[in-house]
Amino acid sequence: MNVLEALRSKVWLSAGLLLIGLLLLPFLVEAGLGKSWVRILDFALLYIMLALGLNIVVGYAGLLDLGYVAFYAVGAYCWALLASPHFGLNLPFWMILPMGAALAALFGVLLGAPTLRLRGDYLAIVTLGFGEIIRIFMNNLNSPVNITNGPQGITQIEPVSLFGFSLGKTQEVFGLTLSSPHLYYYLFLVCVALVVFVSMRLENSRIGRAWVAIREDEMAAAASGINTRNVKLLAFAMGATFGGLSGGLFASFQGFVSPESFNLMESIMILAMIVLGGMGNIWGVILGAILVTMIPEALRYTGDLQRALFGQVYVDPADLRMLLFGIALVLMMIFRPAGLLPSKQRKRELAEEAP
Amino acid sequence: MSLLSVQNLSVHYDSIQAVKGISFEVQQGETVCLIGANGAGKTTTLKTLSGLLPASAGEISFDGKRLNGMPAFQIAALNLALVPEGRGIFTRMTVLENLLMGAYNRTDRDNVQREIDEIYTLLPRLQERHQQQAGLLSGGEQQMLALARAMLSKPKLLMLDEPSMGLAPIMVQTIYRIIQTIAQQGITILLIEQNVRLALGISQRGYVMEHGEITLSGAAQTLANDPAVQAAYLGEF
Repeated sequence: MNVLEALRSKVWLSAGLLLIGLLLLPFLVEAGLGKSWVRILDFALLYIMLALGLNIVVGYAGLLDLGYVAFYAVGAYCWALLASPHFGLNLPFWMILPMGAALAALFGVLLGAPTLRLRGDYLAIVTLGFGEIIRIFMNNLNSPVNITNGPQGITQIEPVSLFGFSLGKTQEVFGLTLSSPHLYYYLFLVCVALVVFVSMRLENSRIGRAWVAIREDEMAAAASGINTRNVKLLAFAMGATFGGLSGGLFASFQGFVSPESFNLMESIMILAMIVLGGMGNIWGVILGAILVTMIPEALRYTGDLQRALFGQVYVDPADLRMLLFGIALVLMMIFRPAGLLPSKQRKRELAEEAP
Repeated sequence: MSLLSVQNLSVHYDSIQAVKGISFEVQQGETVCLIGANGAGKTTTLKTLSGLLPASAGEISFDGKRLNGMPAFQIAALNLALVPEGRGIFTRMTVLENLLMGAYNRTDRDNVQREIDEIYTLLPRLQERHQQQAGLLSGGEQQMLALARAMLSKPKLLMLDEPSMGLAPIMVQTIYRIIQTIAQQGITILLIEQNVRLALGISQRGYVMEHGEITLSGAAQTLANDPAVQAAYLGEF
């Protein structure tokens, strides 16, 4: 066996191990940390999709978008309205998921078109406003015609159902009893794999290079023959598509959506994931999404810890979470400004600047 | 018919008129320079020709096509290349990635690879650093890279905006030797310079621009000997 073959079999072996690990993960998590952590795991997967979507806009194309959660909301409401008793509709999953993603892409273009000339802070302000507009619309579109049911939100949303196999209840599969969060975990895992694959292909494509060129020097990019308008709109649309996809999955998983889930803080958290993990690096963004989803949950245990140590809770864990999270972000930016796993461009920069 | 013809071109920045109805032309195979002081409207003119700024009046035609209102990426596809002021290098990309951006609109990958190899033979500094980040090159090396990148787009007309800007005198000479080599390959060049002596030295013809207007034009040699040009730009009395 030559070296190349050995290397190839090694790659296959580690990929296989990774796959087995990922398949077993919800069982291990349930056994080790309890049932609620399987749900948290599901949310981590949703946030990975969101973060990878925002990474296209911010990480590749360098367009600072503070209203990204709007696309998540569009996808979620699209699903909620078309598969709930609210309008009495129950369209199948393979129909509404692409519809939600496409609608989000359309909103991406709607946001992108008027902001083509804006960059940096100015773009951030406009996108922030856009995110709020969508949320406030959802909040107020309950009169005169009740479309979104306002602040009460939409309840009893249908879970994902494939050929009559519902992911919303406990099912027997190959003799294994799988609860709903377990079933969703596998669906989300497939979706994340798809999003990672698309991101990787985009990164090394002609379009990926065009995005980077626009981020670096828009004028030189235009002079190199890049259609800067279309390429920027494509970044917005691609990012929004991923947002819409995860929004739809979120609505079906949660069974309930309300405007509250789509506030500015969500946009900021998603941005924090990619900054923390490493803007522009797919694996960094995934790591960031996992950490930012998991750490606040883990910090909930500080309440129990205080009770065990001092006999009572001095600082509300909810406050402590944000405090510690804030400190973690500040420390990160001081010691690892390019993120935990910097993109290859940033890595080169840091490596070469060192004497 | 000339390769590039500009008739009564005017360009405004909002209410300020930066270029006031200038006319000039560039013939196939020529090196022509547009010289003048800071703020004369030279860079504005080049940006307008590339489609990066809109013309407010006048006609631009290149290779038989009207460029007015055409977006920059379409103009680039007509093989009109610009090396912008300050070089316009993609600083976080590697040298090689920058070169590939020059060939963004080309599909003949084998030829592009061969041309990159030729560039590396001609400019070994770029080869040594081809996996390094372009922003870490020296100013002169960045200018070489910008020239090489523009050449990879197979330009019919190469427009250079102040290639000597901010470079050490020895580097300026190197860059100008490269520009002359490009001109000898038959590439038509429109050169903008504040360094009038240098620009006239390698051009066949020149135009002098002042306050948005062309005040003088003629053969490079004639301009170099013109007392007004000498007094204003060459510092010889």
